Parts: sequence; C-alpha cells; structure tokens
Amino acid sequence: MNLETLIQNFLNALQWGSFYALIALGYTLVYGVLLLINFAHGDIFMMGAYIGFFLATFLLGQYAFALPLAFPPQIIFVVTLLLTMVLTAFAGVTLERVAYRPLRRKGANRLYVVITALMCGLILENGNLALLGASRRNFPQLLSNTVYSIGEVTFSDVKILVILTTIGVFLLLEAIVRKTKLGMAMRAISYDRMAVPLMGIPVDTVIVFTFALGSSMAALAGVLFATAYPVLEPYMGALVGWKAFIAAVIGGIGEIRGAFAGGFLLGFVEIFVAAFFPSTLRDLIAFSILLVFLSIRPTGIFGVARATKI
Amino acid sequence: MRRFVPHLLYALLCLLVVFAVQSDLLNAYLQLIIMFMGVNIILSSSLNLVNGYMGEFSVGHAGFMAVGAYITSVLNVWLFTSDRVFGPAVLPPASVIYLFPVTLLIGGIGAALVGLLVAVPSFKTRGDYLAIITLAVNYIVKSSIENIQGIGGARGFMGMRNVVDAMQDVADIPWIMLWVFAGTGFSVWIIYRFVNSTYGKGIVAIRDDEIAAEIMSVDTRRMKITAFMLSSGLAGVAGGLFAHILGYINPGTFTIMKSTEIMVMVYLGGMGSLSGSVLSAIGFTVILELFRPLQVAKWVVIPLLLILLMLFRPEGLLGNRELTDVFPRLRRILAPQRRQA
Amino acid sequence: MAVLEIRNLTHFFVGLRAVYNFDLTLEGGELLGLIGPNGAGKTTVFNLVCGFYQPSEGEICFQGKKINGFRPHEVTALGMARTFQNIRLWNTLTVFENLCIPQHHQLGYGFLGPIFRTRNYLASEKRVRKTAEEILDMLGLRHYSDELPKNLPYGLQRRIEIGRALSIRPKLLLLDEPAAGMNPSEVDQLIELIRWIRDEFKLTIWLIEHHMRVVMNICEWIEVLDFGETIARGTPEDIRQNRRVIQAYLGDADSVYA
Repeated sequence: MNLETLIQNFLNALQWGSFYALIALGYTLVYGVLLLINFAHGDIFMMGAYIGFFLATFLLGQYAFALPLAFPPQIIFVVTLLLTMVLTAFAGVTLERVAYRPLRRKGANRLYVVITALMCGLILENGNLALLGASRRNFPQLLSNTVYSIGEVTFSDVKILVILTTIGVFLLLEAIVRKTKLGMAMRAISYDRMAVPLMGIPVDTVIVFTFALGSSMAALAGVLFATAYPVLEPYMGALVGWKAFIAAVIGGIGEIRGAFAGGFLLGFVEIFVAAFFPSTLRDLIAFSILLVFLSIRPTGIFGVARATKI
Repeated sequence: MRRFVPHLLYALLCLLVVFAVQSDLLNAYLQLIIMFMGVNIILSSSLNLVNGYMGEFSVGHAGFMAVGAYITSVLNVWLFTSDRVFGPAVLPPASVIYLFPVTLLIGGIGAALVGLLVAVPSFKTRGDYLAIITLAVNYIVKSSIENIQGIGGARGFMGMRNVVDAMQDVADIPWIMLWVFAGTGFSVWIIYRFVNSTYGKGIVAIRDDEIAAEIMSVDTRRMKITAFMLSSGLAGVAGGLFAHILGYINPGTFTIMKSTEIMVMVYLGGMGSLSGSVLSAIGFTVILELFRPLQVAKWVVIPLLLILLMLFRPEGLLGNRELTDVFPRLRRILAPQRRQA
Repeated sequence: MAVLEIRNLTHFFVGLRAVYNFDLTLEGGELLGLIGPNGAGKTTVFNLVCGFYQPSEGEICFQGKKINGFRPHEVTALGMARTFQNIRLWNTLTVFENLCIPQHHQLGYGFLGPIFRTRNYLASEKRVRKTAEEILDMLGLRHYSDELPKNLPYGLQRRIEIGRALSIRPKLLLLDEPAAGMNPSEVDQLIELIRWIRDEFKLTIWLIEHHMRVVMNICEWIEVLDFGETIARGTPEDIRQNRRVIQAYLGDADSVYA
C-alpha cells in the first residue's frame, strides 16, 4: 500500500469513525450517569436522520409549502441541523421520561431498565417501518459535495465537515464536563447516585440534560450521515447503534475520551480491514478484533476498573 | 413407579398429537405452531439457565442456534440425500430415522464448543461487558456463515426437505413433530435435573454472590463453563430442529432480533423459573401467531407489552418460583420425587 | 504440624502497602484473635489467607501445604472456611440450601451425576442433606430451614453464616467480625457459641473482632495490627496493658484531645 492510499484510508477512517464517535458519545454519557446501556440510542440516531429528512424536504418546499424567501441550501442545511438536534433532544428526553423514569422511581433492578431500552429500540424501528413503509428515502442534497484532490487523495467537503465537527464536539464536551457545574454534577452522579441528591443537586435535571445532550449528538451524527450517505431506511440505526455501543465499551464506557477513542478505533479497524480483506469479511474481522481486545482489557482504553471489596 | 408419571403424561401428550395429525385433525399450520412451541421451549429454557439461574446477561443466543442448525443440516444433507453440492448420499437414506438424533447432538456439541467463546471471558467480566461479548459472538457466527460459500453463504442453505422425505419414505408419520417432542422433553429433563441438584444450585449461588460462592468451595469457573456449554448446546439442538421444520435456513434468521425474541420469552416467564420458561414459550408462540395480522405493527405491540410488564410485573409470570410452588397440588403429579428443600 | 503458618506476608494495592511482614503460627485447637483499629489490614490478611488475593510477597502454609496462588475454592477444599464482615449469604436460596452449597468440593460427582441419577449422585446428595440437617440442629436453626436469609433478623443471619462455614467441616475457621451489629445478649450467645464450636468440632478458630468483650473473653492469644504491621502480640492481659496498643486505638496520652 503506497502512501497516498494510506492517507486516503486514513481520511476515510477518520470520517467513518466520527459517526461512531458521535453516537458512542450518547451511550457513554447516559451510562456514566445512569449505569444504563440505552439500547434505543442507535434508533435515536435513526430518528435524527429521519427528522432531518422531513425538515429538510419541508424547508425546501417539497410539501407544497414554499417559504417566502428562497434560501440557499447551505442555510437550510444549518437550520435543519440545529432544529433536528433540538427536536431529537426532545425525543430523547421524552423517551427517558416515559420509559426509564417510572422504573427509576420504583427502584427497579437495572436489568429491567435495560430490557425496556431494548424494547424501546424495537418500537422505534418497527414503528418507523409501520408508519412510513419499507421504501427508502433519499436525503436531499444540501451541500455542494465538491470533491477536492491532492495527488491521488480525494476528499469531499462533507468529509472534512464531519471530521472537524466531531473534533469540535469533543472539545466542547470536554469543556462542559470538566469546567461547568453541570458537568461536575454528571461526574458526581456516576460515582454515587445516592449521595448526590443529598447534596442538593437535582438528579432528574442532570439526567434530562444528559439525555438531551446525548440525543442531540446522535442527531448531529444522523444528519451528517444522511448528508454523506443519502439513503435512509428504518433499520439503519440498528447495526450502527450496536457497533457504536461496542466502540463506547472499547474506549471505556462512562468516559467521554473513551467514546471518541473507541469510535475512531472502530472506524480505523473497519476501514483498514476492508482495505486488505474482502468486504464481506469486514464486520467479522472487526468484531473478532474487538472481542480479543475486550478479553485482554475488559474495562476498555480509558475505563477505570472498580475493585470489589469484601 | 410414581416417579414416572410426568414422563408418561408427556409421552401421552405426544401420542395424542401424532394421532391428531394422522387423523387430519390438525392442519399443517397448527402442526407448525406446535413444533415452533417445542423449539421455543428449548430456546427459552436454555437461555434461562444462563440469564436467569446464573444471572448473566447473554444477548446472543441465536448465534448458538445458528451453529447447531447449520451443523446438523449440512451433516444430514451430505450424509442422507443426493445434493448438488455434496453429491450422492453417503449413507442409506433410511438410516436417517435413527441417526437424526446423532446429528442433532453433534450440532449441539458444536454449539456448546462455541459457547466456550463466551464462557471463558465470563471468568473476568460480568454484566454489560459480557453482554457485548455475547453480542459479538452472535455476530461473528452469523458473519462467518455468510462467508462460507460452500454452505450457501448469505443465500442460505436448503435440502432439509429431502431429509424429511427420506424419513417419510420409511413410515408416513410426522417425524419432525416426533423429534421436536423428543428434543423438548430431553432439554427440559436435563435442565430440570441439573438445576435441582446441589451441583446445579452452584450457579444460583454464583448469581447471588459470586465471591462468596468462590470462597465457599464452588469452582466458579467450572460451573460457568458447564452452564454456558449446556445452554448453548441445547440452543444448537433447537437450531437443528428448527432447520428441519422449515427446510431452509439462512444467516439472516439468526440475528440480534432472534436473540431478543428468546430473551423476551425468558423475562416473560420469569428468570430462574423452568416452568416459567416453558409456559412463556408456549404463550409467546401463540401471541406471535395471534398478532400476525398486524404484520409490522406486531413488533411495536409486543415490545410495548413487555415494557408494561417491566413496569408492573418485572419478575415475569412466575418470578423465580416454579409452577409447583404456586400450585402445590400439582407437585403430586409433576414432581413426585422432588423433596422439600 | 502447625495448622497455619504465615511468613513475611506483605501485600500492596498498587502503591498502598496494606500488610507488611506479617508472621503467624497457629497450632491446632487454638483460639486466636486479630484486632486493630479500622483500616489496619485485618480483613486483607483474611482475604490473602483464603486465596481471594494473591500476596505480593510472603508464604502461607496450611497444614504444611503451601497455598500461595491457590484459588479460593481450592483453599476451602483443603479445610479452611470463613465468614464475612458484611453478611454474604445467598438470598434466593433457602437457609437449608445455603448450608448445602459449601459442600460443593466434596460432591464427588460431575455433570452427569444429576442427569442420570447415578448411585454416586444419590449417595452424595443424601450425605450433603444429612450434614446440612446436622448443622441446622446444632445451631438451633431447624425452624428456619425453608426461609430465605434476607427475611430473617440480622443476628440469625450471622448464625447462619457461621453454620454455612461449618458445613464445610473445616479444620480452620476464620470469623470476620462475627459480633458486628449485635446487641449485648446476642453477643453473650455468640461467645458461648464460638467456645462450643471450638470444643465440639475440634477446630482452630481465628477471629477478627472490634468488640473487646468478645476478644478478651474467648481469645487465648491476640495479635494486634496497625497500618498493616503487627505492633503487639500476647495474652489478653498483656494486650490490655500494652502501651502501643492503647496508643493505636486511643491516640497519644499526651495529645491535646486526651
């Protein structure tokens, strides 16, 4: 493999890994705060893509409703992105309120909440399938998608946007978690949920904030993904969701750095495996590598092992 | 002699069903449902062993089912039928009627060995981390099968109908129905005897307090290997039966969705309750059929029902008690030799 | 041959030195106490001896056999049983079953036994039940045989835990703060019980305890640990007057807070 192919694959891996990282982020935030694997999260990613689709097509005037002014597609893209993030955040918060909070109130065993999460994911996927049918939707092209090339290495502006956005999100989130009070509260809850309300911190508010944040990140990933790969279908969140979950665990679940590390690592593994092996083996080898990794270091890259005292 | 009442009752039930089939009282659709009930009972009770009795979180049970399904199917088609890929039958086709359980068991053993892939990591990890490993194994199995072109890859594998035909040529009785009954009875019998022994109860001790179990002389590693292998092995047997009911299998059947279905049955019936798993498997098969007209909405309603279950009765139908605990009179018929602990 | 011999036992938790150069020789039939302020490392010593941790340095010999690196269930199979600081009973198994499980190491049958109801299996189960019933009777727990431990009062649970340890028929019994959380009358019963167990079962008992009445009343010999090191050893009388021990527990006599 020559240098240019290497760089090409490197860029592809960065982009591919960005999606995993953004979604893994949602898993890790919720897990850190609730010790819950929100299995419905991959489907929130899917919802983000679909909400983005409907918003974009609506704003483009495809529903017999034309906006007074003809906005350039770039503006529509930004508006769609931001609005989708907000709406999906609402969706995530609603999910928490309707499905997880009642169980939390009852003090239910963590396992029951996990099962509920799995079920919510199924409802979202199949609800989409039932309501919108099996036909795939095409996300409208909003960005110019110009392809640049340096030598033999090609990349599009969308690709660059995805990578830069992810890095920006990482910096933003690190700042939130380490420098703000809310971030500190999130970290506190991950250590001891019982003590936190005794110290006057409104646990429910922090949890709502966490879900909102994680869901909006998934929505961001959803819209960006739909921009890069414009075909939408109801089960698109399922496999991506499971893989992002694995990425979050590889990185060390509960750690933001872990979500990004795991996401990019998974992206790299998949792209480079696909470069050397037939593409049908891609998932197989990627999963096997992950399995081996977890056997050696079960707590993940940045995870902290919690010792049991007896 | 009283000890054998439950076994005799079961055999009677099996005979009744066969008789009904022979007299055309049960059409093909109903026969299919009964056979699926049997397969689901095996799947649900074998997963309950690991998720219920041992308290782990295995989310990839369909992977073991796939291993057994493919091993048994490939063996049977190769040995007993003339096939485009494998050539003429190696053994006389009629011998399938007594070699079928052998190939089923080989499929089960294969699945049990794959179960080791999950058992060994379980020494060091629990809970969420183990869940991922089981997920990965499920996916690896599916992916591996898709990549083996010799057995059809992603397109699937068929030829099991010829195997069943070979059996029908010997005697015109519902062979697969009989094998399903045998397999189900066998599985429930093994699991029952295992979990009611002091040896088997070691896995409940692991669930309640693994550290205390280890320190109180329970070899937790051996117990985990035993439980995982038994669980995945039985799932493999279920897979083999499943393959011959349908006559065609493809890797797409054995995904996380299928694993989720099996999990639903376990949690519906109650973790750690064998009779709960049996009842919920039967009930769930019926529910799936009842909701068939809803088509896709079926998979919105069923998860919704399970969520309601989690909210209002999370321990499932029977919790971790058995049917004979709820209806003690039944103990006289169903478990006459089981003494009060 | 000494029942338990520990030489130079040292253990680090990453950078923290929890136990340092701990030595001990326990002869058969002795009743030894291990005391010290909180965080001194007493439970860590137990955890090292029973195999839960692998010692960083040092040697542990049980009945002449070196048990460094043995897994806990192997150590237990040799004849060592223990109770825990926080009760660790199996709460979805009945009291009776709690007393059957620890006999796992002497079941003598494998997976096929219960499946085929072999003669070996049936004899083993009978033996296991018999032992469990004996222990129940001896400790006055017969009445609670089918109860779940979590539904029973705390003092009873402690007694069940001791019974569970006894069902192993151990040669050495380690008791980790058995009197914790007990009221005075329960403590009196416990003192009687421990003495009776030692005499009836002819075993060696090693006890961690904070309750001074228990320690002074039943222990024949006491080791005192502070910050992982032995600071004193002797008879109860010696220890009571030992200046270093008093200092470890109560602080310096000349300090401002005295």
